[in-house]
Amino acid sequence: MAQTAVAGETEAATQVALAVNNIEVVYDEVILVLRGVSLEVGKGALVTLLGANGAGKSTALKAISGLLKTEDGEVTRGTIALNGERIDHLAPETIVRRGLFQVMEGRRIVEDMTPIENLRLGAYTRRDSEIGADIEMVFSYFPRLKERTGLAGYLSGGEQQMLAIGRALMARPQLMLLDEPSMGLSPLLVNEVFAIIRQLNRDLGITMLLVEQNARMALRCADYGYIMESGKIVLDGSAAELSNNEDVKEFYLGGGEQRKSFKNLKSYKRRKRWL
Amino acid sequence: MNVELLLQLVVNGLILGTLYGVVAMCFTLIYKASQVVNFAQGEFLLIGAWVCWWLLTEFQLPFYAGFLLTLVFMMVFGIVLQVLVLRPMIGEPVISVIMVTIGLSIFFQAIMKWLFGVFTQPFPPIFPIRSVDIFGLNVQPAYLMSMVISLLIMAGFAWFFKYSRLGLAMRATAFNQQVAQSLGISVKQMFAVSWAISAMVSALAGVVFGIVNGVSPALSFFGIKVFPAVILGGLDSIVGAVVGGLIIGVLENLAEYVDGQWLNLGNLYAIAPFYALVLILMIKPYGLFGTEKIERL
Repeated sequence: MAQTAVAGETEAATQVALAVNNIEVVYDEVILVLRGVSLEVGKGALVTLLGANGAGKSTALKAISGLLKTEDGEVTRGTIALNGERIDHLAPETIVRRGLFQVMEGRRIVEDMTPIENLRLGAYTRRDSEIGADIEMVFSYFPRLKERTGLAGYLSGGEQQMLAIGRALMARPQLMLLDEPSMGLSPLLVNEVFAIIRQLNRDLGITMLLVEQNARMALRCADYGYIMESGKIVLDGSAAELSNNEDVKEFYLGGGEQRKSFKNLKSYKRRKRWL
Repeated sequence: MNVELLLQLVVNGLILGTLYGVVAMCFTLIYKASQVVNFAQGEFLLIGAWVCWWLLTEFQLPFYAGFLLTLVFMMVFGIVLQVLVLRPMIGEPVISVIMVTIGLSIFFQAIMKWLFGVFTQPFPPIFPIRSVDIFGLNVQPAYLMSMVISLLIMAGFAWFFKYSRLGLAMRATAFNQQVAQSLGISVKQMFAVSWAISAMVSALAGVVFGIVNGVSPALSFFGIKVFPAVILGGLDSIVGAVVGGLIIGVLENLAEYVDGQWLNLGNLYAIAPFYALVLILMIKPYGLFGTEKIERL
């Protein structure tokens, strides 16, 4: 990890949108959640961060967006840089103004507002006159939101997810962090949401860091992937490499070529954990 | 039955009720935005009214100048109060915060008594005539002004929360502070803004009431009267605060009528809102418009 980061720096320092370097996160001053996580997201890339429940994926995202500070968490070691400038000690609202926007897990739209009010809220950090045009732009990606004039709390799960992504677009971010956009959605909607994420990445050039449980879908649309276990990155590679990796197939995609013996499985886990 | 008196009292009740509604809105604003139950709300009226009175009598300022200066002062006052006193209390238990606001209430009452005395002081006359006749009812122009101003404030609040960028941000903060922060809203800034607005609008209500009845320490009684209104409407509903204020205002005056005509207890009007408060808490503790979480269909 460390070597690749250094090598990357020399050849294309300006191409890195987000660089997380060896961060350690502690909750409530005692619980160590992340133990030296490093990752890099190139400009315009769609990078996914995979892992099981409790691996620390959401914590990593919150550390990057600064929202960790609102839940008694703290980055105790390491650095986080956005476009080469350190952001690890900034307040979350300042980080949003720098162009990094997190779509939190579970949508978190404002339920007692209409979809349009939610979208206008997304543009809170802006003061230009193009907000109305951007609302229309969001509606062009999510036409079904336009028909919904009631409170956002009454939208279906999929519509809420679309609204959450639309709200993020309103801030015109350079880098969007998406925390489990597929959570609680039907397979059909998951396909739709992922297709839109990929489209936004290509059309608008928004760099994306996507945290997912649904490894298959995530690897299908991402360029690069990191795999996390127990607060550490254990594997990284291009999406194609990861999809073809036997271990990834076994543990994250389900149904590898043939079942490994129980003995091998244990040693694999031990090796990975105490690496 | 004295119909004319009854009608007069109902009109008085509506006029006073809109003023209660305005103060209740200010109270709800602070509660919604920063989860602080502000027992010093009545003192905002008191301070505002005294400051305005002082500017008008001491410096002989024209009313509008003195009034605007008062609003500016109250804005600064609200922000300073929030930043110096309430901000360090963020994250402390609710009861501690309540104690702080009760302390503030006593503190400001004492200071105002020390600075301006305990006697009622009339405002310099602002309207040339003492009363106007509307459909045979006797209405003071100051009362009319009070009603018009109150309604304007309510319309202003409605516009602010529906259409302004800051109003939306405050609603988001009330909904969930973490969500607000993830959208780039500074929650601390929103707290300060809510206190500033609340202090300014309360002071406005204080001045209006002072013009009608003179300024005296009794003005802080508004802060207590607001509780039945707010509880009736639902603690976290701005609309509820207005409706609650109107109902309590009318109820008070009806109690006066019943008392004056039949019971002759002499002070039922002062007590009636609190009987109502107890009743509401027993029957409908979340009030008429209190939060019922939206279930997703």
